[in-house]
Amino acid sequence: MGVLIKNGRVIDPSQSLDMVSDVYVQGDRVKEISKRIDTPRKSDTVIDASGQVVSPGFVDIHVHLREPGYEHKETIKTGCLAAAAGGFTSIVCMPNTNPINDNASVTEYILLKARTEGVVNVFPIGAITKGEKGAELADIGEMCEAGCVAISDDGMPVTDSGLMRKAMEYVRPFGIPVITHAEDIGLSSGGVMNEGFTSTELGLRGIPAASEEVGVVRDIILCELTGTPLHICHVSTKGSVRLIRAAKKRGAKVTAEATPHHFTLTDKEVYGYNTNAKMNPPLRTQEDVDAIIEGIADGTIDVIATDHAPHSQDEKNVEFDLAPFGIVGLETALSLSLELVEKGIITLDEMIKKLTIVPSEIVGIERGTLAPGSIADLVVFDPGESRTIDPGEFSSKSRNTPFSGWELKGVVSNTIVSGKVVFSRN
Amino acid sequence: MAFEKKHILGLGELSAEEIKIILDTAESMKEISTRDVKKVPTLKGKTVVNLFFEPSTRTRSSFEIAEKRLSADVLNFSASQSSVVKGESLVDTARNFEAMGASIMVIRHGMSGAPFVLARQINASVINAGDGSHEHPSQALIDIFTIREKKGGIEGLNVLIVGDILNSRVARSNIFGLRKLGANVRIVGPATIVPEYFSEMGAEIFYSLEHAIENVDVVIMLRVQSERKTLEYFPSLREYSGLYGLTREKLRLAKKDVIVMHPGPINRGVELTSEIADDPDAVILEQVANGIAVRMAMIYLVALGESL
Repeated sequence: MGVLIKNGRVIDPSQSLDMVSDVYVQGDRVKEISKRIDTPRKSDTVIDASGQVVSPGFVDIHVHLREPGYEHKETIKTGCLAAAAGGFTSIVCMPNTNPINDNASVTEYILLKARTEGVVNVFPIGAITKGEKGAELADIGEMCEAGCVAISDDGMPVTDSGLMRKAMEYVRPFGIPVITHAEDIGLSSGGVMNEGFTSTELGLRGIPAASEEVGVVRDIILCELTGTPLHICHVSTKGSVRLIRAAKKRGAKVTAEATPHHFTLTDKEVYGYNTNAKMNPPLRTQEDVDAIIEGIADGTIDVIATDHAPHSQDEKNVEFDLAPFGIVGLETALSLSLELVEKGIITLDEMIKKLTIVPSEIVGIERGTLAPGSIADLVVFDPGESRTIDPGEFSSKSRNTPFSGWELKGVVSNTIVSGKVVFSRN
Repeated sequence: MAFEKKHILGLGELSAEEIKIILDTAESMKEISTRDVKKVPTLKGKTVVNLFFEPSTRTRSSFEIAEKRLSADVLNFSASQSSVVKGESLVDTARNFEAMGASIMVIRHGMSGAPFVLARQINASVINAGDGSHEHPSQALIDIFTIREKKGGIEGLNVLIVGDILNSRVARSNIFGLRKLGANVRIVGPATIVPEYFSEMGAEIFYSLEHAIENVDVVIMLRVQSERKTLEYFPSLREYSGLYGLTREKLRLAKKDVIVMHPGPINRGVELTSEIADDPDAVILEQVANGIAVRMAMIYLVALGESL
């Protein structure tokens, strides 16, 4: 059994490859990429990729799968289906489930569920502290052994800098990075959106940019102190981009991600008290968006990640203050990233790089490449085909997106995981 | 003249023209209050619900009197005795009243934007009676109505708002409304509660009351809202009162015919000395009386869609 993908524009930044060719997948591995491959066997599936791009499947290192505990928002099964529909073949999931993924048994549960019900690869992130409470270290070593690829207290930043330092020191021998949601809770002070003119007009409590930047600067300093690789989540401010750029210049082991919503939208989306524009960090100003885009272009921002955060309609259809933070992202990320290519900010090759090999390397997973012999995770997409975002068609259990009704380009036609077609548009 | 808004959610989204229609209608309504029989049959058979998710005596009473003078059937709902404590959502609560035939909902809520959530999802007209730190349109319309009555117009006046601007819905509504009608608006208070972003809304920012008050026609004193955690923004009420409390001496720096307003309830000795609260320059009780006429106008206009 094999899959032959014919006539696509094959782009694989890991091998500096960009040419029209055929790709042959045998079993769960990439067998061959060359100009013309004839169907070796009758039982092979043939995909005509003429006019489309074939690349390593996308890797999202910031996803909330909600299972165990919040299955009404998303399950491992539906989250994986959403990933496949969006062209993602590997997703790295945050530990803020219920129970929190702070010990090996929760990690094993997630991996078991993913193996039996998920159509894409799931790599869990373990918590830094027990219960993400910021008081005691979680079972980091055991979780690492069970399969966690990083640690993070996403959404609940570790406020005690001494404990954060210990976590970073402790994890270093295990060779996995610390992923930080950088925020100074005192500065955020119960805020629900970006602090600025819009929050002032709307009478909503603001989260200043300084809240993120103080967190970023602390964690960079701890990264330089401990030598542990630090990955900074969802960069949302101009100041953060500047701090990360300077840290990288000094040689700090820092990487950073930006989400499609932070490089696309501003806090003006909140007008009308739109709870689908409520996320943490919040949407900022045009100046911040421009700085993030500049950071993406010059490499300060290494990765595009979604921070896919499903919430049910009932949870979002409330007073703005009461609505939970977060939006879904897996099924809109490709189209929004292609906007950057369309505008000439990055090339298609660079975009794919930020969605494949770079995130794979950050969390140390052997994915994001089509090198012969590697695991056959691929996506086939048409970067020029238009689509209208319709949340009703999402595979995710939730529909909380601010992009409903947007006209965008980029349609995934096939997603292949370990040599199996797990999503096909026809 | 036609009034096309179905809801009155804030002065931020009303045009100068629409604000004037409300003020003119309120003038006619004020006349009703001078009659022996202070009631007209205009809203007979209509049901108005006062949905109060936050404690309020004066705003709720004022709306209730306004509704009764228009002969509406009035239902009062307050969150403490409600199913809200049982976990019912805002929208579900409102839909229940709609099913009972309510065509206008007056809502007071502790969270900014709550009336917008309702207006999007129910068929009844929604009137915002104060939402979080966002807007308090009826109060600002009362203030503007009172100023217009006393000064003969709004355009070109210097109006000073004193106090906790950051957390004040009265301040926001007044800034929107007064700017639209052509007044110059100054704001003054401790730097922690007078953020610079307000200058983008067209207000001129001051930190010294003595400087700010020079040459003003109107002073609007805001209440120090200890229940809204104002107290984390400055060291003590004593210090606040020393810097921003209105005294006879400071008031002398304003125009001779200055008027002093306060949306109430007053903290005597904090925002104002008793001397000023009870002074003829202060129009605080006139504001309360005008409140009924202005609220009658608001209800009337969303119900009938045209001025008298």
